[in-house]
Amino acid sequence: MADGEFTNETVEMTDKQRKAQRARNIALAIILTAFVVLLYFGTWAKLGANILQRPI
Amino acid sequence: MSAETASVDHSEVIVSSAMPRDYYELMKPRVMYLVIFTAIIGILMAPGSINPMIALIAVLCISIGAGASGALNMWYDADIDRVMARTAKRPIPDGRIEPDQALVFGVVLSVFSVMMIGVMVNWLASFLLAFTIFFYAVVYTMWLKRSTPQNIVIGGAAGAFPPMIGWAVVTGSVSLESIILFAIIFLWTPPHFWALALFRLQDYESADVPMMPNVRGESSTRLQIFVYAIALGLTGILPAAFGFASLAYGLFAALLGGMFVWFSWKVLKEGSAENNYAQEKRLFGYSIFYLFALFAALGIDAGVSRVFG
Repeated sequence: MADGEFTNETVEMTDKQRKAQRARNIALAIILTAFVVLLYFGTWAKLGANILQRPI
Repeated sequence: MSAETASVDHSEVIVSSAMPRDYYELMKPRVMYLVIFTAIIGILMAPGSINPMIALIAVLCISIGAGASGALNMWYDADIDRVMARTAKRPIPDGRIEPDQALVFGVVLSVFSVMMIGVMVNWLASFLLAFTIFFYAVVYTMWLKRSTPQNIVIGGAAGAFPPMIGWAVVTGSVSLESIILFAIIFLWTPPHFWALALFRLQDYESADVPMMPNVRGESSTRLQIFVYAIALGLTGILPAAFGFASLAYGLFAALLGGMFVWFSWKVLKEGSAENNYAQEKRLFGYSIFYLFALFAALGIDAGVSRVFG
């Protein structure tokens, strides 16, 4: 890339947009955490002790 | 790398202001509650047992799948939602969510819910959920809704699948019992939506959606509501007749069904635009109560018979 020819323009978000983005990020974090927890306990429920009884 | 100058046209850039609740609204929460409720009843009624954690995951997947199909419906129907008073404030016509965002949201949730229920529960439930989403988003929304007054009759199948999926979650099969649960919601849908279509006639007219009252006329629709109400009333009793619900349930279902037929009769005889569609509005309200009461009775009945044998 040639120096000086690339201008890194950004979009200035309004307060409303910034607030919405933050709220979406928090919601996504909560959903992903819940997904991991659900998958963890779901796997236990589905496999149970059988996970220890497989041929090695 | 080419040395092109990156330029951003600010008028072209869309920065979303959508809040999480807008996405939640995109999932048609009220429809989702009904789906969750009927799916849980299907799970409770099915013979056999299931790990509560797996049941929870199944219900979650079914509700996410229902929400996904709601989002796909809103994506496709944004143009007609814009002209109908009842739907003009939905997230896409209201400008809170871009159509592309809704499409991606719906597709991602569809794939996620179908795969998750398949891996964690069973693949028959997964197939039924995938078919339900396909039926609602493609068969009903994209094809039937704008092309035939039988749209909600056939499309009603999509809303009727959840108890069948719930049943399949526990048993891994489809049986006569789950088909009867399906039939109850399937026959409930036309009188429910046609009552709404009668007092929202102008809305559907301006959106050019061929609902029964707009195409065949109000009196034909009222007659069909009455016929469906009789069929529904009789189908509601079938769980007791086939022995997978008690006599007490059968009597309760007969009472609820009788009232449904009575309200439909009033619509047939007294329903009109002159009294501001009062009878139609009453039937619409009662139809919601009917479905909740009937499935609640089935759930209570199943719970009682499990506890007391």
